Amino acid sequence: MNYASSIKTAGLVALPPWRSRVLFGVLLLCLFGLTVRAVYLQGIHNDFLQQKGDARYSRVVDINAHRGMITDRHGDPLAVSTPVESIWVSPQDVEATPQQVKQLAQILGMSSAEVKKRLFDTTRDFTYLKRQLPPEQAEKIVRLGVPGISLHREYRRYYPSAEVAAHLLGFTDVDDNGQEGIELALQEQLGGRSGSQRVIKDRRGHIVEDVASVRAPKPGSDLALSVDSKIQYLAYREIKLAVEQHRAKAGSIVVLDAKSGEVLALANWPSYNPNNRAKPDTRVMRNRAVTDLFEPGSTMKPFTVAAALEAGKVTPRTVINTEGGVLTIGGRKIHDTHPEPFLDVAGVIQKSSNVGAAKIALSLPPQTFWRSLSETGFGAQTGSAFPGEAAGRLRDYKKWLPIEQATMSYGNGISVNLLQLARAYTAFANDGELKGVTLLKQDVPVVGKKIYSEATARAVRDMLEMVVQPGGTAPLAQISGFRVAGKTGTAHKLEGRRYVNRYIASFVGLAPASNPRLIVAVMVDEPAGAEYYGGQVAAPVFSNVMGSALRLLNVPHDAPLDNVLMPPADIIKEEA
Amino acid sequence: MIKQPLWPRLRKRFVLHLDPVLLAAIGLLMLTSLVILFSASDGDWGRVLKQGGNMLVALVILWLMANMPLHYLMRTALPLYLLGMLLLIGVALFGEISHGARRWLNIGVTTIQPSELMKIAVPLMMAWYFEKNEATLTLKNYFVAALLLLLPVALIARQPDLGTAVLISASGFYVLFLAGLSWRVMLAMLVAGLGSLPVLWSMLHDYQRHRVMMLLDPEQDALGKGYHTIQGMIAVGSGGVLGKGYMYGTQAHLDFLPERTTDFIFAVYSEEFGLLGNLLLLAMYLFVIGRGFVITANASTYFTRLMAGSITLTFFTYAFVNMGMVSGILPVVGVPLPLVSYGGTSMVTLLLGFGMLMSIHTHKKLVQT
Repeated sequence: MNYASSIKTAGLVALPPWRSRVLFGVLLLCLFGLTVRAVYLQGIHNDFLQQKGDARYSRVVDINAHRGMITDRHGDPLAVSTPVESIWVSPQDVEATPQQVKQLAQILGMSSAEVKKRLFDTTRDFTYLKRQLPPEQAEKIVRLGVPGISLHREYRRYYPSAEVAAHLLGFTDVDDNGQEGIELALQEQLGGRSGSQRVIKDRRGHIVEDVASVRAPKPGSDLALSVDSKIQYLAYREIKLAVEQHRAKAGSIVVLDAKSGEVLALANWPSYNPNNRAKPDTRVMRNRAVTDLFEPGSTMKPFTVAAALEAGKVTPRTVINTEGGVLTIGGRKIHDTHPEPFLDVAGVIQKSSNVGAAKIALSLPPQTFWRSLSETGFGAQTGSAFPGEAAGRLRDYKKWLPIEQATMSYGNGISVNLLQLARAYTAFANDGELKGVTLLKQDVPVVGKKIYSEATARAVRDMLEMVVQPGGTAPLAQISGFRVAGKTGTAHKLEGRRYVNRYIASFVGLAPASNPRLIVAVMVDEPAGAEYYGGQVAAPVFSNVMGSALRLLNVPHDAPLDNVLMPPADIIKEEA
Repeated sequence: MIKQPLWPRLRKRFVLHLDPVLLAAIGLLMLTSLVILFSASDGDWGRVLKQGGNMLVALVILWLMANMPLHYLMRTALPLYLLGMLLLIGVALFGEISHGARRWLNIGVTTIQPSELMKIAVPLMMAWYFEKNEATLTLKNYFVAALLLLLPVALIARQPDLGTAVLISASGFYVLFLAGLSWRVMLAMLVAGLGSLPVLWSMLHDYQRHRVMMLLDPEQDALGKGYHTIQGMIAVGSGGVLGKGYMYGTQAHLDFLPERTTDFIFAVYSEEFGLLGNLLLLAMYLFVIGRGFVITANASTYFTRLMAGSITLTFFTYAFVNMGMVSGILPVVGVPLPLVSYGGTSMVTLLLGFGMLMSIHTHKKLVQT
């Protein structure tokens, strides 16, 4: 059969017309198909596809805000943020040779296996390889040019004073949020607000172009604390020394500006280095001066006396029958360490007589005593706004038993924190005006609350001056060239409901006594050596810190330089 | 003989066998290629210049082909075909593997891809065969011709190189079709073809099967096998009616598009020039194809007619398969956009074909048969 013959009859080799037509038909159909497809993709479906295209390259990324700097009252930095780079990985895009993995591990100080695990963890879209790397190290990694690895600018907090102000400042977490201390309390001001930015990214997530700032980051505000870093250092050094010397569990110290209630120093030992990311346990991290409560012991006595003076029940010269050092109330006995048959009110303070204090307290109606203590700030937070501040316990007077009212007079059955106790002494320093405490620098004079008359405050101050005289409980608190007023405390610790023979030694004092500028409160928890009295353990710390601080502040002397008079014998001891 | 002035002599020597209409259309597409290549390669002048060099080489070959008398051309058919087959067998035995396919043969000086040669050699051989048996065509001749086609196609498909296999099949089929293969036989072939689809499916390589599956539902594996299709569709679609503007295509410039200077250059073009640009490009292709048909219609011999028709239709197939693949109506096969995609080999092969077209057109006028 000759298939081509029919074709050839039409002339030379010509195709039958239907064949050309089919050919053209198929051809046009194909072209039509392409055109329809193009119209569909580009004219009809294009919104969706455009959006998908945009979603592929245009993203909004966060821009971290610079955290505000924390400085001391003179502008010296206490906490500063430095830019660092975090290395993040998009495992889907990673293309790294074993050689590059090794180099990465070397730069990052990680094991090759760990780096490998993170790089090739394709179950995730995003993972950090390492956070907060110094810029020069990050630069090295960028230079390796491994696809799928990118940088993210962050800020790392640095604390130049390290352990010295650790509890006060606290620290931030890896996301730059305050976790403790001032960093937490003032997160709002310090943190600022992170911004965001629309950027164009390529397939591997590299930012190719910054398109527009959607929202500019608002940097955090700088904060000036009331703290004086020199005094802070002094306080830290001395409390650390005392705790170590007396093999104590812990110690705290607070230095206040007597006129304004500003916290000039606040330190604890044990402390930790907040620059170290691996944080120790809470035992070390606790800001004991604020979060821990203790029974203040004899440092409460001045408030008992002040309440009685205010109520007109006693004068400084009123003689109290101290019963030879033992008083029985409701079947329970109150003892004095140094029994005396009689003491006047000033003597009760100077010798720290429990019996005397109890008798003075019992001369007051419970409500009067309670109101006076309450007005002094006991049983309530100081308003320092420090995170985790404990309010302390001041029980409702309606439930008081006489023995409880009696023991409270010398600081048993009531609990305080050290900052609270120090603050209460501002009432004596300011002629009866109790100041609020603040951690922020104050530029205008602080108005306090009048709780005692000027006469009462001065009378108590005079009595407190006797405490450091030979014959008082704390001659070691004396400072050359300055008159000192203060009170010791040596409280048995409560274990469960029983008092045990472990102590909290404390001293709170103000100087210069003629016109108080500073208040220093010292507390040492469980001194383990032979010495455990407040006058032995806490008073020297007070003397060193207060003396150095007064000299630092160029406070004029109010006494001759040879004013320090030591008793020939052992210093007078007290318990409570 | 009076010595003619210089210009007409030059003209006769260099321009006589060129078809200005076809050449202009090709030139326009080449210009488009250089323009879009500059954008697709992120402003890489080196790439553009290299492509320009490829074009110059290809144009020289076009000129040589256009000047080759048809009887020479016919004479090359059998040796060219045999050489091609020899090389293909060589590839199957000693070929170099690159990207999981054995397509290249190292002949000492350079590596070559014999399947490219077959794009011309197969239709040439078939057309020559039909011409030789013109007077006594029987069904047996069609079977022989089909065999001439299927042998190299099978070898190429095995490499595997589905794109080239499809293109050569198409070019051979066009020859068969134009040679007057019975409608009934074609119908039978179609039925047989459909019937053997499951068999073919099982013979396909995994990656080829995936590509077909992805066409049906590219989103099912958007990051893996459907990636090419989706990125291409997004690029085309996000261009919209007017396009994003020259050098402003985000899919291409941000590295989302794969193979953006070669097989997927149409996506770059579409994204930047939009629907209007596409219609313009289609029009340019249509013009080339139309001119090809005019030449085919005017071809004077059975051989030239088959050859011209096959070249034209293959060119059309190239363009259709590439655009169809990028816009997601055909599976992803490695077919470049003719005259536009970066690459020397396909440029040379294409212009070689166009050279033949010109030769067919111009020699007919000179040598009346």
